[in-house]
Amino acid sequence: MSNPAKTRVTINVNGKDLSAEIEPRTLLIHFLREHHNLTGPHIGCETTHCGACTVDLDGRSVKSCTLFAVQAEGSKVVTIEGMAAADGSLHPLQAAFAEHHGLQCGFCTPGMITRAYRLLQENPNPTDEEIRFGIAGNICRCTGYQNIVKAIRSAAQVMAGQPRKEAAE
Amino acid sequence: MNAPTPSRAEREAALKGMGFSRRRTEDARFIQGKGNYVDDIKLPGMLFGDFVRSPYGHARIKKIDVSKATALPGVVAVLTAEELKPVKLHWMPTLAGDVQMVLADGKVLFANQEVAFVVAQDRYIAADAVELVEVEYEPLPPLVDPFKSMAPDAPILREDIKDKKDGAHGPRKHPNHIFEWTIGDKAAADKAFAEAPVTVKELISYQRVHPMPLETCASLASMDKIKGELTVWGTFQAPHVVRTVAAILSGIPEHKIRVISPDIGGGFGNKVGVYPGYVCSIVASIVLGVPVKWVEDRLENLSATAFARDYHMTTELAATREGKILGLRCHVLADHGAFDSCADPTKWPAGFFNIVTGSYDIPAAHVAVDGVYTNKAPGGVAYRCSFRVTEAAYAIERIVDVLAQKLNMDPAELRMKNFIQPQQFPYKSALGWEYDSGEYPNALKKAMESVGYKALRDEQAKKREAFKSGQTRELMGIGVAFFTEIVGAGPSRNCDILGIAMFDSAEIRVHPTGAAIARFGTKSQGQAHETTYAQIIATETGIPADMIAVEEGDTSTAPYGLGTYGSRSTPVAGAACARAARKIHAKAKKIAAHLLEVSENDIEFDVDRFQVKGLPEKMKTMKEICWAAYNNVPPGMEPGLEAVDYYDPPNMTYPFGAYICVVDIDVDTGATKVRRFYALDDCGTRINPMVIEGQVHGGLTEAFAIAMGQEIAYDATGNVQGVTLMDYFVPTAVETPIWETDHTVTPSPHHPIGAKGVGESPNVGGVPAFSNAVIDAFKHLGVTHMQMPHDAWRVWKTAEKLGLVK
Repeated sequence: MSNPAKTRVTINVNGKDLSAEIEPRTLLIHFLREHHNLTGPHIGCETTHCGACTVDLDGRSVKSCTLFAVQAEGSKVVTIEGMAAADGSLHPLQAAFAEHHGLQCGFCTPGMITRAYRLLQENPNPTDEEIRFGIAGNICRCTGYQNIVKAIRSAAQVMAGQPRKEAAE
Repeated sequence: MNAPTPSRAEREAALKGMGFSRRRTEDARFIQGKGNYVDDIKLPGMLFGDFVRSPYGHARIKKIDVSKATALPGVVAVLTAEELKPVKLHWMPTLAGDVQMVLADGKVLFANQEVAFVVAQDRYIAADAVELVEVEYEPLPPLVDPFKSMAPDAPILREDIKDKKDGAHGPRKHPNHIFEWTIGDKAAADKAFAEAPVTVKELISYQRVHPMPLETCASLASMDKIKGELTVWGTFQAPHVVRTVAAILSGIPEHKIRVISPDIGGGFGNKVGVYPGYVCSIVASIVLGVPVKWVEDRLENLSATAFARDYHMTTELAATREGKILGLRCHVLADHGAFDSCADPTKWPAGFFNIVTGSYDIPAAHVAVDGVYTNKAPGGVAYRCSFRVTEAAYAIERIVDVLAQKLNMDPAELRMKNFIQPQQFPYKSALGWEYDSGEYPNALKKAMESVGYKALRDEQAKKREAFKSGQTRELMGIGVAFFTEIVGAGPSRNCDILGIAMFDSAEIRVHPTGAAIARFGTKSQGQAHETTYAQIIATETGIPADMIAVEEGDTSTAPYGLGTYGSRSTPVAGAACARAARKIHAKAKKIAAHLLEVSENDIEFDVDRFQVKGLPEKMKTMKEICWAAYNNVPPGMEPGLEAVDYYDPPNMTYPFGAYICVVDIDVDTGATKVRRFYALDDCGTRINPMVIEGQVHGGLTEAFAIAMGQEIAYDATGNVQGVTLMDYFVPTAVETPIWETDHTVTPSPHHPIGAKGVGESPNVGGVPAFSNAVIDAFKHLGVTHMQMPHDAWRVWKTAEKLGLVK
């Protein structure tokens, strides 16, 4: 079996152009995790179900395990590592997940927050039902989703300019 | 002018001790993608390992040809049982007293069993190489029906022990038999059944499922040949046990082995035992002298790592006509797969199944468990089970419903009638456990009032009429479950893992500037230990939780512990934590008395300071005392401020709960809508209400999945089915019901802070609540039991058999 010749791929990730010499069959998730040490997105399955690998690609939520890196050549990709502001302040979604206990083991969290980000871009004022449908591509085994929905609802309010309700201590 | 002293309430709020919904300190790294899971770790020169796996459930291996694989550029080595034989690691001992193949030795015993381990420069090359290993198999007749495992003509699976008449737990009845475990008074139970006016009996099977944590199992082994030191990162819920086992198996002295569990992406009991992948990565690193990483994929995880349940429980109750339970008998056929690798404490081959008398005062009971081998993946104890407590709770909660049905009694009323009463605690059950505390009638009453139980039953009766008259195609079901479970393993007199008693430990070291670091022998996989242990220490010592760092998982620094599973962290390590903190408190008090120049008897503790009784302005804050510990201690006292506690629990703890589930079932599709799920949990003292609620949400979601759709099935030829996410039902946010949580508080009298643990309760109580609800919908038509999972197909078939479907 001969390996196909490597090819150079350049993808704009979190605002920076990142390149690598890779086999064409290299998945985007591996380009990010192995070639550029962006280990935020995770791998939880091999059948495109779990969503732990979710990134934002040219304005869409994409499961990076089901995309070849070469398919993302020249694209703009945002991962969880690019969600916080340049000064380090958290994105409202990140703050809301912590405030409302929307995570436990943390493994689904990067994909979940990245997906929630695009969901709120598409639908800034979703109902709970719309939130649940919107994150149906992201599996969580720890939280039972209830606090994730609360977190996304709360972040939506903050992003829409409404004051954030402090959850009681 | 000094600043006014903050009020008590302000100081408690700043302290964030027990009882507060303190936000989690671990979140900071996870919400920014800076968690440190095993597959995130990269070491220079690291190689990657992958398995060749058997397509057969039972076959002899005639030949393994690795030549094409080793010839592939980038492949460094291929290990088979032959390469592991010289170091005697082709087999390894299991936690249940059995032995298990690391790599197939002459035959394979379950589909996807590990046959060869390929080591290559990256995971793509390793995957290519796996395809190039050629294995010649001679298929053997598979055994997948546990009920046929002890037939005279059954194929013999374990040829390695076929002549052994005794197993680790006593005599074996058949080459495919593992153990028989009995407990209780058979004569008394038989007498109760012989004399009882009413008896019920049901075969209650709990299907094989899998915990499916989102992160699969993984290890990264790095042998430093120059120093003779082995470091292993891995998805280990019990890192110290792994270190001790690694020392015994490898011959490398234990002080030269460092096992690190970094962040773990969910465990749920899937990550307790030692897997072939761990052993092969360690052996490969020792042989090659470079780091070797192994990360399984999802199909491997679901088909080859520790499954859960697979218990066939023939359960009977004897009762009076008024509904007083007189006796319980239960025979379990336990399907352990090809090897008994159950992660039970040594003396308990069926875990704590003898909690099967549940919340009820049953005078006579007897249990017998027969464990058998089949051509399936090995294991059995996992998935938030508290060591077979999920199985026991399902059996008792189902059979109590069956009894209620036979007596035409409401299932809640029957439970009320048979509860262990508050004044009976501590309660010695007929199967040997001493329950610590419980207030059952109060909890069930509260649950029933909260959901409006009577109105729901009235509505159900009306809806049945509406169904009969064709006005609705839905049947309504109300499921009640009142579970008592047993956690906190456990007392050294009866709980050990491979001979190591199941104590746990805490080590607290306070710094001069009033901060502290605490280390424990447990290992969180998402249960918020970094947040909650600090809360215990804060309440006990007056050092703010935000000033306390919590560490777990590195065996080179953490005190020895038995890890996190079976909801044992709070009951065991949490107790050690409180006791170590109290030692700090006691020393701090002496220092305070010295600083204030009074006797110890003249001072009292107030949230974050010691003050003179009656003269609160004469006080020293804990912050001042911490500084003084390093320069101004009473004569004769050691400087510094640290404490260690190793806690051997005097007893287990017994959390309980009342769950009520309301469903509406569409008989034409079999689809079940969960209208309501109310869960009242009593876990004793509540350290962090927010964390408890999160645990309950998560456990109920797992219970929902198990009851309504999960199954790892094997076909007649030994193929495993449903082992990718295309088939294995893992609920998304769309299917998952909304959970209503509530609580009562009945502290454990023997625990230093009265806490019992809660992580597994929702799975223990959730499954019977869902299952009872679905079956309740059909009870009026004579249905006494339905096999889980209650997926739409199975429910539809029940409706069709009853003639309900048009």
